[in-house]
Amino acid sequence: MMDLLNNAVLAGFIAASVRMAIPILLAAIGGMFSEKSGVLNIGLEGMMLLGCFVGFAAAYASGSLLVGVLAAIVAGALLGLVLGVFAVTIGSNQVVVGIAINLLMVGVTGFFFRLFFGSGTSSPRITNFQPIDFGVLGQIPIIGPLLFQHDPLTYLALLIVVLAWVVMHRSTVGLAISAAGEHPEAAETLGLNVPRIRYLCLLAGGALAGLGGAFLSLSATGLFIDNMTSGRGYIALAMLILGRRYPFGILAAALLFGAADALQLRTQLLPWNIPLQFLLMLPYVLTIVVLAIAAGRTGAPAALGAPFRRHKSDGA
Amino acid sequence: MTRRNMLKAGAAAAALPLIGIPRAFAQEKLKVAFVLIGSPDDNGWNFGHEQGRKKMLEAIGADKVDTTVVTNVAEGPDSERVFRELAQQGHKLIYATSFGYGDYVHKVAKQFPDVKFEWATGNATAANVSTYNARFHEGRAVIGTIAGLMTKTNIGAYIGSFPIPEVRMGINAFAIAARKVNPEFKLKVVYVDSWFDPAKEADAARALIDQGVDVITQHTDGPAALQVAEERGIVGGFGQGADMSAFAPNAHLSAIIDNWGPHYIKSVQSVLDGTWVESSVWDGLASGEVEIGPFNKKIPADVVAKAEAVKAGIIDGSIHPFAGPLKDNTGAERVAAGDVIDDGEFWAVDWYVEGVEA
Repeated sequence: MMDLLNNAVLAGFIAASVRMAIPILLAAIGGMFSEKSGVLNIGLEGMMLLGCFVGFAAAYASGSLLVGVLAAIVAGALLGLVLGVFAVTIGSNQVVVGIAINLLMVGVTGFFFRLFFGSGTSSPRITNFQPIDFGVLGQIPIIGPLLFQHDPLTYLALLIVVLAWVVMHRSTVGLAISAAGEHPEAAETLGLNVPRIRYLCLLAGGALAGLGGAFLSLSATGLFIDNMTSGRGYIALAMLILGRRYPFGILAAALLFGAADALQLRTQLLPWNIPLQFLLMLPYVLTIVVLAIAAGRTGAPAALGAPFRRHKSDGA
Repeated sequence: MTRRNMLKAGAAAAALPLIGIPRAFAQEKLKVAFVLIGSPDDNGWNFGHEQGRKKMLEAIGADKVDTTVVTNVAEGPDSERVFRELAQQGHKLIYATSFGYGDYVHKVAKQFPDVKFEWATGNATAANVSTYNARFHEGRAVIGTIAGLMTKTNIGAYIGSFPIPEVRMGINAFAIAARKVNPEFKLKVVYVDSWFDPAKEADAARALIDQGVDVITQHTDGPAALQVAEERGIVGGFGQGADMSAFAPNAHLSAIIDNWGPHYIKSVQSVLDGTWVESSVWDGLASGEVEIGPFNKKIPADVVAKAEAVKAGIIDGSIHPFAGPLKDNTGAERVAAGDVIDDGEFWAVDWYVEGVEA
């Protein structure tokens, strides 16, 4: 039992908790921008998957991981734009459009992957992002694996959380976004362009979800495979609600899920007579329990999911 | 124009399309469908079936067979729709390449008695449903021998997908073979609850290596665990379903390769010949349905020789992967000396052998 709690194991668990949280965290922060502006973004899974594929393909073609990251961000943003056309301009049902995006991206990424790389061949691979070497800092118990054993995308994700907090809670931009999501009609009367705000938030949200997907192919593995996101976009939606659409709340929720996911694998190695199925359920049960406790305090904007129509002023 | 002439002309016009029928029938291709649970590019299970399809087309000829591949079909109610649509589209032979499709295959097969279905790893046949499988556990015994001889820490790892009999018996075969050559060998097992989730497979590998594991094998469909083995510099690991050495040139010790080609060739040819009958095929190393990949150059010659001897013994029948005496991991005797776990008992085994920590 004690050897399971040694430094290597504990360090591995902490590092894994962060690593498994990052793609979910990025997508959830992206979803936060969309939802704070009043657009329900069910399409996070599809945006992640597109970012995952485009990031990989671009990195493979260019030989540069940075190009891959930028391509994933652009691809995710463009898909955010597509959601914007349907949800903001046309005023379609946002749930239906989001699900359609998710289903479409499974086919689109699979099709283009086979178009570029051939079918039934050994998957191409790239050298993925490696952890930054911080020397002795990385060896500090608990602190080392928590803060100093990660790759550049992890630090970028943590920086994005801070920037998201600044934008949403320490700037007029954040006020404008919140106004568009809470009371779009009132925002319009104050001279705010609600459709533009929503479009920009969907662009930002898509870009971050795309970056979250890129983490899976460019950082976690160095390869791409069909449906690689494995439902992480939907988990991100849950983390977004769990974190009450607040950047640091989302960070805490994502880390909690990441820790539960990492723990689920590691508790199987403990000499406890717990049925495997209970351990496999752990991250999801934990999410449901915390969501149930937090029910009614989700911080959802009042106009979330409702299409906004500009009112024509009546001429006297 | 008289009424009679009009009828004659009408009959002639109606008969015109039929003139080419014998020729059209002679040229009509057999439509064959493959339903995959994942991507044919997964480097593992689905990749193996895709390679088998290609070998079949090569052997029989694209002039005789038309193939359709449907990918990423989940093991659930939606697969029923896929099977039904394929049958409605005129496919006369449909391969369902995952265990979880079974109920839906049987349901659709009843509605299309003229369509032949083949269910991979299945356990129930019908008039127009056959099952086919490979004795993967035979391959596990060969690579288990290598693991037992190569490990320095005496701790191996097995990353499983789901705790189903096929996976459990692979674990058992691997552990039995490893402990036969190294009685100190212990095998730690982690299930990732997915056939394919590279990020999770990689994390499972990291968790196991943190526990002192230095040889890893897996029953999941991707190379992620091997990539981690490579980056962490452990003794190594084994490819599953296909040769994965490209992903881990140093860590990839060998692989179990699924070779579905011979079965697909035989099966498609039997439909073309009109000799297809309900059957249950379960082949292994002897028939080439399970192959062992190239051995890494770093494996000593004596270890390769021992692995080859196990392979040869399984092929000639002198070695049985589940020959007694066998104890389970609680110390209770499960198979007496001189006995074996036979094909009938195989699917009912719900225990792990001695040395397995699961």
